[in-house]
Parts: sequence; C-alpha cells; structure tokens
Amino acid sequence: MGLLQIKNLNLSIGDTQILQDISLQAEAGKIVAIIGESGSGKSMTAYCVNRLLPRGANVSGQVMFDGQDMLQLPEPALCDIRGADIGMVFQEPMTALNPVQTIGAQVAETVLIHGAAQKSEALKIARETLNRVGLPAAEFPLSRYPHELSGGQRQRVVIAMAIALRPKLLIADEPTTALDVTTQAQILGLLKKLVVEDGMALLLISHDLGVVADIADTIAIMRRGKVVESGPVKQVFAEMNHPYTRALFKASNHVPDRAAKAQETPILQVSGLVRDYILPRKSLFGAPPKLRAVNDVGFSIKRGESLGLVGESGCGKSTLTRAILGLDAVQAGRIEIDGRAVTAGEKVPRELRRKMQVVFQDPYGSFNPRHKVMRLVAEPFHLLDNAPTGSARHQAVEKALTEVGMLAADADKYIHEFSGGQRQRIAIARALIIKPELIILDEAVSALDVSIRAQILDLLAGLSDRLGLSYLFISHDLSVVRAITDRVMVMKSGKIIETGDTETVFTAPQHPYTKALIAAAPVLEKTP
Amino acid sequence: MKRAFSMPGFAIGFCMAIVFVAAALLSFFWTPYATDGVDIVNKLRPPAAGNWFGTDQYGRDILSMLMVGARTSIAVAVVAVGIGMGLGVPLGLAAAAQKGSLIDEILMRGNDLVFAFPALLIAILITAVFGPSAVNAIIAIGIFNIPVFARLSRGAALSLWTRDFVLSARVAGKGALRISVEHILPNITNLLIVQGTIQFSLGILAEAALSYIGLGAQPPMPSWGRMLADSQTMISFAPHLALFPGAAIVLTVLGLNLMGDALRDLFDPKINRER
Repeated sequence: MGLLQIKNLNLSIGDTQILQDISLQAEAGKIVAIIGESGSGKSMTAYCVNRLLPRGANVSGQVMFDGQDMLQLPEPALCDIRGADIGMVFQEPMTALNPVQTIGAQVAETVLIHGAAQKSEALKIARETLNRVGLPAAEFPLSRYPHELSGGQRQRVVIAMAIALRPKLLIADEPTTALDVTTQAQILGLLKKLVVEDGMALLLISHDLGVVADIADTIAIMRRGKVVESGPVKQVFAEMNHPYTRALFKASNHVPDRAAKAQETPILQVSGLVRDYILPRKSLFGAPPKLRAVNDVGFSIKRGESLGLVGESGCGKSTLTRAILGLDAVQAGRIEIDGRAVTAGEKVPRELRRKMQVVFQDPYGSFNPRHKVMRLVAEPFHLLDNAPTGSARHQAVEKALTEVGMLAADADKYIHEFSGGQRQRIAIARALIIKPELIILDEAVSALDVSIRAQILDLLAGLSDRLGLSYLFISHDLSVVRAITDRVMVMKSGKIIETGDTETVFTAPQHPYTKALIAAAPVLEKTP
Repeated sequence: MKRAFSMPGFAIGFCMAIVFVAAALLSFFWTPYATDGVDIVNKLRPPAAGNWFGTDQYGRDILSMLMVGARTSIAVAVVAVGIGMGLGVPLGLAAAAQKGSLIDEILMRGNDLVFAFPALLIAILITAVFGPSAVNAIIAIGIFNIPVFARLSRGAALSLWTRDFVLSARVAGKGALRISVEHILPNITNLLIVQGTIQFSLGILAEAALSYIGLGAQPPMPSWGRMLADSQTMISFAPHLALFPGAAIVLTVLGLNLMGDALRDLFDPKINRER
C-alpha cells in the first residue's frame, strides 16, 4: 500500500461541485504528476490532502496518508502533519516568502513550529537544508533577505522550507510556472534529486505536459474535477485512451497551418537601437549610473513575416517593444517604419504609429474594467484622423469581434464577463481595428491554457494569411515560437546574440546561450 | 447600493447622517422658534415640553439653534471637501502622469509644505489676515484638504499607470490628460468617495473647533462649535447647553465615519472575498 491513497474524493464548495470521485495514489520515492488546465481542480486535490480548504468546503471520501485518514483528523493533529510530514511548494516564489524576514529565519521557522529543535539547532538545520537545495553558505548566508535573490533562488528557499523536516510527501503546485526555462530545468532537477535522496513522494501539479513528461513516474490527467486518465507516464503517453488526453497532447504540440509568405519589402527596420535607464544617483556629484537595457539592436521584419524574439526575463524584450512602439524615447539608433525613418529622440508620428498595434500578456490587466467592450475595442481609433463615428464605429467594432471569433453582441458586455482566452481574442480585435500592418505580440499566449493557446495560434495564423499581417512574436516559450514564426532572434542582456530561420536556429543553434536555452526547454516527444 | 445597506455600519451611519441633513434642510423653512430673537424671561431653561433641548442664556431655543447650526456645519464641510477634491485630484493626477519630473517634485513638495502645518494653524493664519468669518473657515479647511486628495490620487494613479490597459491606451496614441480622465479617474473614484466621507467628518470637526475659538461663524449665525464655546462658563448650572451641541458633533462625525469605514470595506476586493 502506498504512502498516500486518495479514494473516491468528492469536494463541493457552496453549491458548486469541484471534485468528483478522485482516486490517486503516491508511493515513497516516486513522482506523481497531476496535469490539467485551469479550473480542472488539480490544485484543490492537493489542498484536500493537507486539508487547507476554504470555508464552506464540503468534502467526502478518503485521503489515507501514512495510515491516517486526513479527512477525519482534528485540526491540531493536521497542524502537526502539515510542514513536518507534508511539505508544500507554491507557484509564485515572489509572494511565498515574507519580504521582511531573512531566509534563514523562514526556513528555521518550520523546524521551530514543530518543536523539532531549539533555536540554534533549527538554524543549523536551516543551513544544511539551504546547502542541499543549492544555496551554499559562502554566497547565501542565512541573513539574506528574499529581495536579494533571483526568482529561481527564491524558489529554492521555498523548497528548503518545505523539506527542512524531511517530509514524507512533498506537494509542488506549479513550482516552475513563474520561472525561466533554464531555471525551470534546474528546479525540476533539484526536485528529482531530493525525491531520490530522501525517498519522499512528490505530488507535482502542472499545466505543462512537457514539464512532467521527463521526471514523473505516474501521471493523472484531470478535467472538470475528474481524473480522466491515469497510470505510468510511458503507458499513458503511448495509449492515450481518453480523447481529452489526446486533445491535450495535440494542443501542446500544436503547429498552426500557415500559408502566408513573407514579401521582400520590410515593414519595420531597426538599427543600432540603444535604450538606457538612468539609475538612482550613487553620490551627490557626478552623473548618475546608467543601465543599458537595449544595446545596439538591429533587425528587420518583412511584410507578412512572423519574427520571433526569445529571451529570459530581464533580457530587454519588453523595453525593446516599448521603444519600437514609440512609448519611450531611445538614446541612439534608427527605426524605419514602412520606409519612413524615425531617429533617436524624435517622437513617432501618428501616421506611423497607426501601422503598429500590440497585444499584451495578461488578459486580465490589459482592459479598463470600467469600460464596455465596444469602447475598449474602439480605443485605437484615436490614432485615425477621421475615425468612424456612430453606426459606422459600431459596425467596425462588430466586424473586428467577428474576425477573431467573438459575437457582435459581445460589444455591449463588460470585460469581466469573459474568460482569459476570450479576453485575448478581444485584445487581438482591439489591435486589428485600425488595420495595422504589424502586430507586436508580447507574450500574448503565455498566460493561456494549452488548448486555448492552440486556438489563439490558429487565429493568429489565419489572420496573417487573410490580412497579410506581420508579427513580432515575443515569448519565453520556445515551442510556441517554433510553431508560429519564420525567423527567430535570441536576446540576452540587451543584445541580439543569434538570428536566423526558425528551423535552422532550433536544429543547429550556434551561440552557446541558444544551445543552453534549447537544451533546457522541456520537450514533449511526438509519438506516432 | 443594496449591498451597502446590508452592512450594519453603513446603514446606521447613513441614517445618522441623514437625520442631520434633514434637520438642516428643514431649518430653511421651519424651526420650532426663531433663532435671532432674545427672550430673557425664558433664559437657561432646562429641557422641558415646550423647549425639548432647553434654552440658552438669551432664551433662544437650543433645538432651533442646532438645526440652523447643522446648516453651517454641513455647508462648511461640503465646500471644503469640494475645494480639496476639485484642486487636489487634478494636481495628484498631473503629478502621477509626469512622475519624476520637475512638476511632480514641485507639486509634491508643495503638498508636504501644506501638510507640515496643522489644519487649525492654517485656519488661524488665514483668519488672522482676512478676519474671522464662516467663508474664511471654509477656505482654510479646504486648503488643508487639497494635499490629502492630491496624495491619495497620485498614489493610486501611479499604480494604475503601470497597468497594461494604460499602456495600450498609449499605444492608441492617447495623451496623458486623456488617459488620466478616461482610464485613471474612473478607477480611483471608489477611493475618493471613501476619503471624501472621512474628510467630510473632519471638516465638521474643524469648523466646530474654529468656531469654538471664535474664528469661524460669527454671531448671530448659530454654529455648533460656538454654542459649545458660549456654554463653557455656564456648564456647572446649565450643562444641557454643552451637552446637545456636543452630542450633535459626536453623532454626525460618528455616523460619517461609520459610513466611510463601510464604504472602504465595500470597495476593497480583498475584504469582499472573505465575506
């Protein structure tokens, strides 16, 4: 019998059924992955295990952990188990740590709460645990604060907190979703190492099939509160009995059909672009130091072409976008839009701005919550000198909405009535409304579930075919970039270090950094 | 609105505030007795059937005085909050739109300067120069309100300026003024309403305080603060003179604060979720 056995677990909150008849098991030294899209109930399943449930939750079934039914235990007994026998790692390392406590105090806290040791002993355990997660004493003394660490290092601290008491079960809820690909590979490697060393069971929750394919032993695929398919990873991937498994697998590897051919004339040409940020003064006299976020960047996008830009967080991708859009002044370089040049320090004129629009990553933050879709989508009309008014304006908005697969009637709704995928369609409609020639997609599909992502990619490919649009596709997700772009640029520390045809760069990368990026990206093998 | 009235704090506060507003409005048409006549025979009467709240040293009916005094208090508070919002919010929005620029620095340091003096001190300063009157009290309290609203709207606007929807408005070519009016202002209205209720009650308090030291409304215009001041010497043998204006001030401020607190809870999405 396994360490953790979930039998016929049902959960409802209020009148809403969240989980139905979940059965799972996890054994010591093994990794169980729960895969599902947002709202599938994967996180709730994990919260049922240590019973961190919201008020009003009604749970039935059996969650046997180490011979005890977690659903029957009183709260004090649960507190003894949480942290000591069941550790937990959360998605967002930025918010999972207390910013005003040192990392040593936070790791030692777990030990102290459970009365496992005196203070000095607890700090010693904290030190050892931090060493184990790859934060050596020389560089990372216990007195460090979370803000002094990078995202990946913080996630290591969170993991250290979870494993300080050597729990029997570790629950990791999307532990790498907020991290860059190379960091993600390191964290996954660390988790795998800890499982082997401590012989603990790992419950890994993820939306990304590629992430779990390499490291999980068994896998459970969830949809709408039910486990649709489960079993050893190899077997599930080979058989794919349930249609949803097949759909999910297909969506993860989705490559949209693209017929558009790039023309010879460039729509956007950038050369020698430099963007400096002025940092706070170090001394009263002397010039303040500068941070060069974009350093001598040059590239061109042809009409109808889709150009990818990949790089990890902080490499200057977003700064470059803002500079191209004319939102920030640049310090040097030239931007040529549709044959007309704009030099450094000059404002981008309206008639050139009109040719470019942008779609942002966050489908929730990119709309004013107080306006209706009609007004939101019509906003770029501001760039036109004689924008349509009255019924012509209505028709234009409705046309743009139908173009992206929404209904004309959606114009009268508020943005909170839509799901993430629908909002991203509305964002694309907003970008399309003034018929631009270039759309900059800044991580536009990164926040979406794989099946929605596949639909949006198809939509983008179709639009580019029909309307002859060019895309600058910015993403950290290599598989998406590979699916939708003709050429790709790799950016690191403000510089473009490699450019080439997408297939060439992916199959034969030249620069060591590109090689590292591609090696770190999780790959989902295509099975016949 | 329905949700607001299901919160006990809001319902109670609203009822208390509405009683005083109604009393002030009613006083324009009818008061139990005239407030400008002297009736020495009936001076210093304790509360009784004829005069519910008693009479003062000149024989004037205290209930009537309170009703007319509510007019002064409410008018002062409304205009003072109006001045504060009308000037403070645009200043704050302008500072946020030009963050880090010279304009931002000047506006915010100017704010600090006004903040550095207590409201009462500014009021004394103004009335010392222009002479004591209700209008000068209003101006003084209004000036004190400007930095409160400027700071609040700047802080809230700054966080909104980093949001994607503001960025996409900039991509649509909209200027700072248009973005401030169309996108920033509607999203900080909640905050402004809440701060408005709190400043309103502070305004009533400030007016009472100014009148108490003789720098607010001048006789014969009745004012809660001056009623309190006049009753000071007679408190041992006619305590009702102090009791009723004092209670009026306390209840109005309490009611408005309850409303403000409830509104803040109502508009705070974090608190709502836990409900």
